[in-house]
Amino acid sequence: MTSLSNTDRSVAGRGALGAAGPWILAALLLGVLPMLFGSPSSVTIMNQMAITIVFALSYNMLLGQAGMLSFGHAVYMGLGGFFAMHVLNWIEEYELTLPLPFLPLIAGLFAMLMAALIGLFSTRRAGTVFAMISLGVGELVAACSVIIVAFFGGEEGVSGDRTVAPFLGMEFLHPEDVYYLIAFWLLLSALGMYLFSLTPLGRMANAVRDNPERAEFLGYSARWVRYGSFVASGFFAGVAGGLFAINYEILTEENLNLATSGMILLVTFLGGTGYFVGPVVGAVVFTLLQSVLSLQTEIWQLYVGILFVATVMFFPQGLAGLIAMHGPAMRAGRLGSLAGPYARVLIPGAIGAAGVAALFEMFHHLRTAAPGDEAMTLFWITFDTHSAAPWIAAAAAAAGGLFLAARGAPAMRAAWDEANRIAQGGAK
Amino acid sequence: MDLILVTMIDGLVTGLLLFMLSSGLTLIFSMMGVLNFAHASFYMLGAYFAYQISRYIGFWPALFIAPVLVGLVGAAVERYGLRRVHKYGHVAELIFTFGLALLIEEVVQFVWGKGHVEYNAPESLQFALFSIADYEIAAYKIFMIAVAAAIFIALLLILTRTRVGMVIQAALTHPDTVEALGHNVPLVFMGVFGVGSALAGVAGVIAGPVLGTFPGMAVVLGSIVFVTIVVGGLGSLWGALVASLLIGWLTTFAASYNIGMADLLGALGIEPPADLSESLLRDIWTLSLPQVGPILPYLLMVLVLVFRPYGLFGNRDA
Repeated sequence: MTSLSNTDRSVAGRGALGAAGPWILAALLLGVLPMLFGSPSSVTIMNQMAITIVFALSYNMLLGQAGMLSFGHAVYMGLGGFFAMHVLNWIEEYELTLPLPFLPLIAGLFAMLMAALIGLFSTRRAGTVFAMISLGVGELVAACSVIIVAFFGGEEGVSGDRTVAPFLGMEFLHPEDVYYLIAFWLLLSALGMYLFSLTPLGRMANAVRDNPERAEFLGYSARWVRYGSFVASGFFAGVAGGLFAINYEILTEENLNLATSGMILLVTFLGGTGYFVGPVVGAVVFTLLQSVLSLQTEIWQLYVGILFVATVMFFPQGLAGLIAMHGPAMRAGRLGSLAGPYARVLIPGAIGAAGVAALFEMFHHLRTAAPGDEAMTLFWITFDTHSAAPWIAAAAAAAGGLFLAARGAPAMRAAWDEANRIAQGGAK
Repeated sequence: MDLILVTMIDGLVTGLLLFMLSSGLTLIFSMMGVLNFAHASFYMLGAYFAYQISRYIGFWPALFIAPVLVGLVGAAVERYGLRRVHKYGHVAELIFTFGLALLIEEVVQFVWGKGHVEYNAPESLQFALFSIADYEIAAYKIFMIAVAAAIFIALLLILTRTRVGMVIQAALTHPDTVEALGHNVPLVFMGVFGVGSALAGVAGVIAGPVLGTFPGMAVVLGSIVFVTIVVGGLGSLWGALVASLLIGWLTTFAASYNIGMADLLGALGIEPPADLSESLLRDIWTLSLPQVGPILPYLLMVLVLVFRPYGLFGNRDA
């Protein structure tokens, strides 16, 4: 977990306009996206993506910026979402006038209140103890959802109707209307979280993460710095929950449990915890994987699991870190010299991975397909899983591809070192 | 009275089962300073391996072969996974074991399917050994208690009476000194990780027929095992034993006594409000002990961590 090098640069080096540049670009992109991908299914995916981004960014306030590993972050998103759902139902019942765009704010404040209460005892210690308390609190709240039916709605959850709270004549009936609401909140909360990381509290969170003892010697209480980050992170998780409530109009126990907390850890870590944009990258990639892979294969979670473990073992800086690693070489104009060696490893590697995936898919088909159903289609080829030929072909592709990739790896490493030696220092 | 005795035996079975997992986990924690999230996954692997082996050569060989296989898997995870991630720090190690737990669950689903598998206790143990009043005690329960007790005694003897045990104990607290004396500390770590995983595997082999062998069994038990070692005090073997038994009895007693919250509050002199349907706390009045039983361990853990952050027997700064 390296320092937030990107934030340092943007503040010190460039002017106010330069710092605002990426945000204006992001706003434009968010505005244009529905025109490029207008189909209902892509709007659904983009909504889901935006909610996951807010949630992952709030999670990274803990993991990346304050060094606190939480196994119960879904609690705050869920609590915010449940409260938003109740507020929505109260609006309908008592005919209140509260426009829908303000709902995430209310959800965030409620989640912040809960985080302020739970944080009182959970942030006293960092590291393993914090992780364990967050796990315990997470399980406790998830279990309470079946017991306190008045708030959590038991097994069927709480549902509502978002069209009861129109805003400026908009009824929010269609997913596209909701998209702009979510995009607005995404931008606002991302900006809020970014600015938080620049405040003295946000900077101290980094210091406490890296060396709590020295931070204490400087006169800061490590515990209260952690508490501040925890409460702020709870607020933004609650905003994500409010957005979830608006988008899906239902919340269940599933939004609170360990599986969701683990999912957001996976998303954030995959994207890279050391960079502000890391969770954004992670959320985009994960949502795409989830929605594309789950249509193609039943065992997509196996691939996601392999990807996650491989990320922790080989690229702990995540996807954003992987991209940022190429910064020095790019500035030195040496990126071109890497293309050849990369292709010699990545192309056979992709073939090998496809071969392994084909073996998995055929095995899965062999086990689960109905008796008599022996044909399967993989990579646009239809074949019989009970004959030997496809197995031999897949095994050959897997072994050959991985062997060639392994053989090309030293050359790639050498080219990488060479490119960075000329770029003089930089990452790694 | 009879019910108390029967519940005591059931709670002992659950507690000892928990101890077989928590003892390995707490040893691994005091050795490497990392909580192994995948520990319960090794328990699951034990059950599935035993199921697969028992289909070919029966339960009794499986009881010995499956834990050995699980131990080898555990040792390989330490050697090629954890040791690699170690340089990135404790948080990365914790995340690695968390990812491993997810992966093992997916692999188990991939290989053995999503449903329960038919893994049953051997027929030679499927009879009632004795009965207390009207309650029959299955021989398999007593067998589980015997296996767990034997393992505990063996573990205690190995750790305190043998040369290997001395080296392990020394390596827990002073790894550098032990290394300087010429012992291969990484090998010791790998061995302890493997044996800890094998212990979890034994628990899986004997618990699989009773608690069911399905891909979710690691998650069901996993978080309870964490609670156990946190309550007992991270790194304390005695704490793990006391907390395992405490939580075993707590959950079993809660499951077998149907005391409603209304009775309890009534005994304290608090009357329920006249109109229950409007009150926000209406669900509190209809709660019963079996309903809240599953969350009692978590409540206990949060309370222990609030009032005694090192756990009941912990002395080590986690």
